[in-house]
Amino acid sequence: MSSDAMAIRTAEAAGRPWVEILHEWVTTVDHKRLGVLYIVYALVFLVIGGIEAVIIRIQLIRPLNDFVSPQVFNRMFTMHGTTMIFFVAMPVLFGFANYLVPLMVGARDMAFPRLNAFSFWLSAFGGFLLYFSFVGGSGLYGAGNAPDVGWWAYAPLTSRAFSPGHSTDYWTIALLVSGFGSIGTAINLITTILCMRCPGMTLGRMPLLAWLNLVMSGMVLIALTPLSAAQIMLLADRYLGSHFFDTQAGGSATLWMHFFWIFGHPEVYILILPCFAFMSEIIPVFSRKPIFGYPVMVGASVCIGFVSMSVWAHHMFSIGMTSYANAFFTITTLSVGVPTGIKIFNWLGTMWGGRIQFKTPMLFSIAFLFQFLIAGLTGIMLGSAAFNWQLTGSYFVVAHFHYVIVGGILFALFGAFYYWYPKITGKMLSETLGKIHFWLFFIGFHMTFDLMHIPGLLGMPRRIYTYEPGRGWDTWNLLVTIGALIQSIATLVFVANLIISYFKGRDAGNDPWDAWTLEWSVSSPPPEYNFATIPTVASRRPLWDIKHPEDPDSRYE
Amino acid sequence: MAKNGQIEGGAVLGRVLSVLVILAGILFAAQLCLASPADHSQVPSIFDPHSGNADLLYRLSGFVLSITGLIFVVVFTLLVYVVIRFRERPTNAGREPAQVYGSNQIELAWTVIPILIVVVLFLATARVIHAIQDAPEPAEALEVTAIGHQFWWEYRFPALGVVTANELHIPVSDRAHPRPTFLKLLSADTDHSFWVPQLGGKTDLIPNHINRIWFSPQETGLFLGQCAQYCGTQHAKMLLRVSVESEEDFDAWIQAQKEPAIQDEKESAGRRVFETTACLNCHAVGGTNGTGRFGPDLTHLMSRQTIAAGAAENTPANLRLWIQNPDAIKFGSLMPAMKLSDADLDALVRYLETLK
Ligand code: HEC
Ligand SMILES: [Cu+2]
Ligand SMILES: [Cu+2]
Repeated sequence: MSSDAMAIRTAEAAGRPWVEILHEWVTTVDHKRLGVLYIVYALVFLVIGGIEAVIIRIQLIRPLNDFVSPQVFNRMFTMHGTTMIFFVAMPVLFGFANYLVPLMVGARDMAFPRLNAFSFWLSAFGGFLLYFSFVGGSGLYGAGNAPDVGWWAYAPLTSRAFSPGHSTDYWTIALLVSGFGSIGTAINLITTILCMRCPGMTLGRMPLLAWLNLVMSGMVLIALTPLSAAQIMLLADRYLGSHFFDTQAGGSATLWMHFFWIFGHPEVYILILPCFAFMSEIIPVFSRKPIFGYPVMVGASVCIGFVSMSVWAHHMFSIGMTSYANAFFTITTLSVGVPTGIKIFNWLGTMWGGRIQFKTPMLFSIAFLFQFLIAGLTGIMLGSAAFNWQLTGSYFVVAHFHYVIVGGILFALFGAFYYWYPKITGKMLSETLGKIHFWLFFIGFHMTFDLMHIPGLLGMPRRIYTYEPGRGWDTWNLLVTIGALIQSIATLVFVANLIISYFKGRDAGNDPWDAWTLEWSVSSPPPEYNFATIPTVASRRPLWDIKHPEDPDSRYE
Repeated sequence: MAKNGQIEGGAVLGRVLSVLVILAGILFAAQLCLASPADHSQVPSIFDPHSGNADLLYRLSGFVLSITGLIFVVVFTLLVYVVIRFRERPTNAGREPAQVYGSNQIELAWTVIPILIVVVLFLATARVIHAIQDAPEPAEALEVTAIGHQFWWEYRFPALGVVTANELHIPVSDRAHPRPTFLKLLSADTDHSFWVPQLGGKTDLIPNHINRIWFSPQETGLFLGQCAQYCGTQHAKMLLRVSVESEEDFDAWIQAQKEPAIQDEKESAGRRVFETTACLNCHAVGGTNGTGRFGPDLTHLMSRQTIAAGAAENTPANLRLWIQNPDAIKFGSLMPAMKLSDADLDALVRYLETLK
C-alpha cells in the first residue's frame, strides 16, 4: 500500500477540496513536507532574485544606460543580494537537509517536528517582510520603496539620517526573523544528527551529508547570533536613541563591519558545506566507488568550520586595520585553502580508478569541481591582503563570489535536484532537458562570470549604476549581460523540467541510481514515517552491503 | 545508445573545459595588451602601475597569479585526465571498479604541499603589507587631507593653506626628488573608498576612523579612479581625478589656489545672486561672504576640468544646467535645484566663469 504513496496522494487529492490539502501543507510537521516547502519557497525567490539580477545586468549592458534610475538600481542589488543569500540559498539548503538528514540517518522525523515547522514559517515570514517593503517602505503614505543600503548595510548609511523611511527597518526585521528561523533549524539538525541515528550508525559510519550538515548547523548557531544581535542594535540606534553605529554621535562604523562579517564569512561556509555534502554523495555513486578518505573528509570539514570562524576581516582589508591585523587575517584566510584543497583532491581520488557515469547530476558535480577550483584560487588572490587592496570592492570580487555561489553552490544544488528529485517525487527528471539545462547554464555561467573578473582588474567598482565610456569596460559588460540572459533561459529549462517531469516523468522506483545510502532503501516518495522498521547498519554504505553480501564494506571498517 | 552518449559526454566535457581555459587565457592576455601604457589615463588597470606602491602591489599580484596559475594547471589537468580516463566504456560497463577507501600517504602529501604554498604566499604578502603600511613619513612628504562627502571629494593642503574639491593635484616623486604624497582620509558622512588603481590600492574613508595612505607617483599625467565603497544614490558618479605634475607645475598650481577669488566688477550682478541666495550656505568663495562647507569650494572653480566629481565637463552650458537642475547631470546629488530666473542664472554663470 504505502509503497506508492504518490499515487495515493494524487488519488486522494482528486476527491478532496483544495482547502483541505492546503490546510494539510500549512499545518504539517512532517520533515519531508517541510523540506519540500523550503525548496519550493526558495525556488520562487530564486526566480525573483534572478529577475533582479537581469535588471541589474540590462542597466549595465552599455555605458551611461538609463534603463532604471539610480535608486531603483541600488534597490535591485540590495534586494538581489539579500534575497539570494537569505531567501534562496539558506532555505533551499535547509530544505534538502530537512528532507534528507532523517532519511539518511535512519530516523522517522526530525528531533523537534514542531520547532521545524515553526522555523520554516519564521523564515517564510522574513521573506514576506522583506518584499513588503516595496509597498510599505516609506511608511503608510507614498508608493514605498525597498531597501537600498546594500546587502551588508554598512553603517552609517543605515542610520536614520541617511536612510529615512522604513525600508531599512524591513530589511533589518526580515533578517532578524528569518535568522531566528535558521537558528531553530540548526538546533533541530544538530539534535537529529546526534541523537536520532539508527542502530549501528556510529558517528564514523554516518553519511558525509550528515557530517557536513552537522558542522554547518554548528556554524549557524555561532554565526547567526552576532548578526541578530547587530540587527537589534541597529534597531535600537534607529528608534531608541542608542549610538552603537551612529558615527555622528561617536558611534563606530567599523563595529558594524565586524558584527556583519563575523556572520558574513562563516555564512559562505554555511552555504558551501551542504554543497560539499551533495558532492560527497553524488560523486561516489556516479564513480561507482566509496568516498576516498572518509576520516580525512570529516576532519577537513570540521577544520573548515573552525578556521572559517577566524577569517571574517578579510572582507575588511581596505578599512585601514593595522598591518598586524592584515597579516593575521591573511594567514588565517589562506589556511582555509588547505582543508578545502584536501576535499577537492579527495573527490578526485574518489573518481580515480572509478567508472564515471555522465548522468546529469554528475555533469553538474564535475562542473562544480572545475569552478570551485577557480573560485578557490581567486579566493587566495583576495586573501592576500595587499593584493586585495586592488581587488576588493571591484567587479573582480563580484565575479569571485558569484563563482562560489553560482559556480559552486548553485551547480551543486542543480546536481542535488537531479539526484534526489526522483526520491522526492517518485519521477525521474528528463535527462534530455537536463543536459540542455546543463550545457546552456554552463556556457552562460562562464560567459558571465569568467569575463566579469576583467572589468574589475580594469578598475570597475561594484554597485555603480552606470559608468563612463572609454574605460575599457564596455565590451566586457555587454558580454557579461548576454551570458546572464543565457543563464536565465537555462533556468527556465530547469523549471520546465521540474514541472513536466512531475507529470510525465518516468517512474523512479526506489533506487534509480544504484546508490548506497538509506534513503534509497525506501519507496519514492518515502512513506509518511520513512521506515516501517528502523534499519540497522553495519557500515557507511548499508545498501552496498545488501547488494554485495560477498564483499560488504563492513568487513573493512 | 545511452552508454555511447555517456562516453561522448565525458570526452566532450574534458575538451570543453580545456578550450574554455585556453580562451580565458587569450582573453586575459589580450586585455593586458589593451591596458598598455599608451592611454593609461583612460583605462585604470591594476596591471598598469605608475607609482612606487602600486608597483609593489603589481609585483605581488604577478607572484600570486603565477602560483595560483600553476596550482590551476596541475589540478585542472588531473581533473580532465580523470574524467576522460575513468569514464564508463562498453568494456567496463556493468562491472564495479575496485573499491578503494583511501590512502594515508597520498592524503598526507596533499595536505603538506598546500601548507607549504600557504606559507610562501603569506610571507610574500606580509612583506608588501609591511612595506606599504609601515612606511615612515619622510620630512619632504606632501600632506593632504581628503574628506569624502556624499558624492564628492574635498581636499585640504593644511601646510599650504589650500582647499579644493574633486580634482587632486600632486607632485611627481621621482628618484632624484622623492616627494611622496601622504593622504589623511576622513569622511563627513557615510563610508567611501579612495581608489586610483594605477597609483595604489583602495582605502576606505570612514567617519570617526582616520586612515592614512601614500603615493609615490613616478610619472606625470592624469589618473582616474572612483569611489569604491557604496555610499548612497550617486556612488557611481563620485569619480576621482588625480593629476600628477612636475614640481614646477605643482608649485604654480598651489600658488594660484592660494589667491583669493578674482573680483571682476563687470560680473557684480552674478556675484550678488550668489551672495543673496542659499549658495553661500553650502559653498565657499574666498573673499566673499560665502563660507559654506557643505558643498565644494568654488573659489577657483574654473581651474577644474569637471564639475560634480567628474560627472560632467566644466563648460558654461553644463554649469548652467547644473545650477538649474543638478538632477539632470547627477540624479540624487545633494545640491538642490535653485529655481533661479533665467536672467539671474545667466548672470550667475558669467560670475562663476570669472572664478579662475
Ligand atoms: C544645500 C546645499 C547647496 C546649495 C544651497 C547649493 N549647492 Fe552647489 N553643491 C552642493 C553640493 C553638495 C555639491 C556637490 C554635488 C556633487 O558633486 O555630488 C554642489 C556642487 C556645486 C557645483 C559643482 C562644483 C564642483 O567643482 O564640482 C557648483 C558649480 C555649484 N554647486 C554651484 C552652486 C550655486 C551657484 C548655488 C546657488 C545658486 C549652489 N551651488 C547652491 C550643495 C549646494
Ligand atoms: Cu569571507
Ligand atoms: Cu561611494
